[in-house]
Amino acid sequence: MRAYKDWVIEAETKGLKISEVVLQNQIDELEQSEQALFQRMSKNLKVMRESVAAGLSGERRSISGLIGGDAAKVEARRKQGKSLVGELMSGAIARALAVAEVNACMGKIVAAPTAGSCGVLPAVLLTVEAVREVSEQELLLALFTAAGLGMIIAERANVSGAEGGCQAEIGSAAAMAAAAVVELAGGSPRQTADAAAIALKSMLGLVCDPVAGLVEVPCVKRNATGASIALAAAEMALSGVESAIPIDEVIDAMDKIGKQMPCALKETAQGGLAVTPTGRRIQADFL
Amino acid sequence: MGKSNIFDLLGPIMVGPSSSHTAGAVRLGVMARKILGEEPVGGTITLHGSFATTGKGHGTNLALVAGLLGMAPDDERISEAATIAKERGLNVIFTTADLGDVHPNSVKFDLLGRNGCHVQVLGSSIGGGSIVIREINDFQVEIRGGYPTLVILQQDLSGVVAQVTLLLATAQINIARMLVSREKKGAQALMVLETDQKIDEALLDLLRKLPRIYQAMAIEPLE
Repeated sequence: MRAYKDWVIEAETKGLKISEVVLQNQIDELEQSEQALFQRMSKNLKVMRESVAAGLSGERRSISGLIGGDAAKVEARRKQGKSLVGELMSGAIARALAVAEVNACMGKIVAAPTAGSCGVLPAVLLTVEAVREVSEQELLLALFTAAGLGMIIAERANVSGAEGGCQAEIGSAAAMAAAAVVELAGGSPRQTADAAAIALKSMLGLVCDPVAGLVEVPCVKRNATGASIALAAAEMALSGVESAIPIDEVIDAMDKIGKQMPCALKETAQGGLAVTPTGRRIQADFL
Repeated sequence: MGKSNIFDLLGPIMVGPSSSHTAGAVRLGVMARKILGEEPVGGTITLHGSFATTGKGHGTNLALVAGLLGMAPDDERISEAATIAKERGLNVIFTTADLGDVHPNSVKFDLLGRNGCHVQVLGSSIGGGSIVIREINDFQVEIRGGYPTLVILQQDLSGVVAQVTLLLATAQINIARMLVSREKKGAQALMVLETDQKIDEALLDLLRKLPRIYQAMAIEPLE
């Protein structure tokens, strides 16, 4: 089984970034050129940008009518200079809501790693791009780092709410975003591992309890809080804070917790928020 | 979950809200259309399990129709699929039923084509947008849409498989995977072959002219 720590060691030995190790690995496994892989990743980045823009405009509503317009509220308040948490965190919250709203409203997104968790990664990376100088090339490399960690998570555990709960979806997305943004901000390969571990640890045990079984409540807002956790974890790792438990072991713990989680809390809409009085009422109204 | 590549984790590019209930549903519609082999004009779509209970909020109905119309999972007209179907003369009726021991996200298409073709297709959306076709006209199959696929209905008799594979070999078509099943000894049998190369109409005609071959159909891979 692959381990993220092996990639960290390889990157440190060869003086490479994690993204460059991932890229080389995928050039070999997919038998495709570096250029072809960059082209495909560019398409993903393009759709991520489009989904942020579409969501911030705040015009669409989901089929149930519950979702839409919240990203625009956060964006508007920040633009008035009133944000409590500042440019970066507020920007990430707005963008994460934006992309997740677009998904709920049947707009076009990039699953990252899933459709339900599609807002976290674009929110974190594109917000950093908005407030700091980063090149397109660096952004694409950061996406390779994120996808590489995602591969490790998928191999050692899974990224499916039905199998592992929300920790496997938003948790994985937050870990991927944390690793990617650390690399984007100039952190070391080891710091990407620490950031991912800290982010995922903060999400362990999170259940998948969607109201009426829809990818709406609480999924959309969890994209925003997931992005905030990714940024907090990155801030710690970049400052030299280490994770006591290494990332591979945190992933293995997530896998075990997912298996121990009862079925009612794994995307069946039979537990948690889905069966609260309000959750049930929403379901009754809708169906 | 097993091994994957970076584009399984960042991707697919798709219309939301759900990779299994929306993107996978579009792909199932596309496969059903390919199996029918012509423009569908009508039919019944039976939803099973989670497709039946949470399909509405995930736009599963729209996604299935979009697939039947030939749209890809990232087509932004998916939410307008019902209107577009009307314009193009496609009338489908939705119903729900317990389809038995199948994946929770399963659907059965009973389709009629423009030139009178009729086919029944049962398929499942098995996660992350991946799909598998389980039944064609009540025959068990396993088609994932990753390769050009040849489906042949034949008499269960020695030598029938050999003459098909010989013809493929002559046309320099390599078989990646093969599944043979039969109703009972000597009766109808079904062959599903996944190939590395595309099967053209001329070769399909040759296959149809072979003795003891009742039907031959070529299904293009997804995307």
